[in-house]
Amino acid sequence: MAGKFVGKQTVTFSSTPSVLETFSIVGPMEGRGPWGSEFDTVIDDEKYGEKTWEKAERKLVIEAVSQLLAKSKLQPSDIDFLLAGDLLNQITSANFAAAAFPISFFGLYGACSTIAEAMILAAMLVDGDYGEKVIAAASSHNKSVERQYRFPIELGVQRPPTAQWTVTGCGSILLGRGDKSPKVTFATVGKVVDMGAKDSNDMGSAMAPAAADTLTAHFRDLAKNPSDYDLIITGDLGKVGSSILAELMEQAGFPLAGNHIDCGASIYAEDEDVHAGGSGCAALAVGFGSHFYPKMLRGEVKKVLLAGTGALHSPLSTQQNETIPCICHAVAIEVI
Amino acid sequence: MANKSQQQAYQQLAKKHIPKPDYLGNSLRAFLVGGAISALGQGVTNFYLSTGMAESEAGAYTAITMIFLGALLTGLGIYDNLAKIGGAGSALPITGFANTIVSAAMDFKSEGYVLGMAAQMYKIAGPVITYGVTSAILAGLVKWLLWG
Repeated sequence: MAGKFVGKQTVTFSSTPSVLETFSIVGPMEGRGPWGSEFDTVIDDEKYGEKTWEKAERKLVIEAVSQLLAKSKLQPSDIDFLLAGDLLNQITSANFAAAAFPISFFGLYGACSTIAEAMILAAMLVDGDYGEKVIAAASSHNKSVERQYRFPIELGVQRPPTAQWTVTGCGSILLGRGDKSPKVTFATVGKVVDMGAKDSNDMGSAMAPAAADTLTAHFRDLAKNPSDYDLIITGDLGKVGSSILAELMEQAGFPLAGNHIDCGASIYAEDEDVHAGGSGCAALAVGFGSHFYPKMLRGEVKKVLLAGTGALHSPLSTQQNETIPCICHAVAIEVI
Repeated sequence: MANKSQQQAYQQLAKKHIPKPDYLGNSLRAFLVGGAISALGQGVTNFYLSTGMAESEAGAYTAITMIFLGALLTGLGIYDNLAKIGGAGSALPITGFANTIVSAAMDFKSEGYVLGMAAQMYKIAGPVITYGVTSAILAGLVKWLLWG
């Protein structure tokens, strides 16, 4: 194992890259939620003035990256790498949006874990001295995802209580060298876990074992406990997945100490018809960027563990009755 | 990778956390919504009959009217909200059939009028047509074999 490895799955960063800035843009429904006033931009038209849902999502990504640059008073030439991904086939939202920026680009697919994957790789790039400033971004759009994975938007279907509602939005995060806190201290890179779940209307119970696997590895590798963090923030396990995660962590001997919060389960107002909560790449990206990151800047929260979970199925694999392989990547971010 | 018995054990564990759908409430709502749509259909039939139409003709006109209403409500973005409440009650009547075709047509318009809208509009309704026609042939065949 290389020198920066701790235990079996966790890496450390000798230069502890900083989370320098964040930017979030979300749709109207997310704007009505409890974090609504904290997002940088809330759009009131889900189509964002575009002709297709796919174009709308792409515009969200372009906006999130260019506004992040503006907020950080940087030019595209100041950025060494852009790492981005989304849920659409061949990650077209990220790929097409990247064409708008003269920045070296890595397109990533980790389903809803993409922002965690991007942050880990960004931190590694910075720590490995390959770049000074790197942008990580992830997007999802309720309508473009609904079209691709489920049914036509206006089709009358009744969703089961386990179904989740894809978050419309894009979160971009600037990582780089510097003294600014908070900093990325550790990352645990997940393994693909397949517990045989097949119901694509129940992502929570498909992804919970992957989350438990990575979190357990993280605590084992670092000889830590969940209570060592102020918050353990998962992306989109939703209500069902969160409740399963609690039981799995209890079984693994690392009971969550009441400090677990799931972005998907928290992003929408109680009276929205979203069943088990929100999902999608944007859930963790905008949740961390606009709700938790400012809390860290204000010193209200000092140590968080972000855990992005992703269901790695495709509409085709679901039709072929395959199981849903899942992954979870964890990133520790601390105010030092 | 987890083996079969680990997967099964996990499915058992997960099941405890999965909320049960409200079967009774859903059935009741489906009954009310489906019943209301059917009652409306009956009203339309009665209206056509009152104009002096023959029963078979009134039936055809009723189907056309109900399909139009289903398509219109889909286009206005209302039918999917009705279906959220009604479930099978709004899916089974002919208005639901109209909804499957119109919603798919609307959705795939962005991929063009030929390979998008026209090719994809039967994406949901296609199986209904295929198996509807197939079972009609089979039923006809049975009838012909038994009663000539």
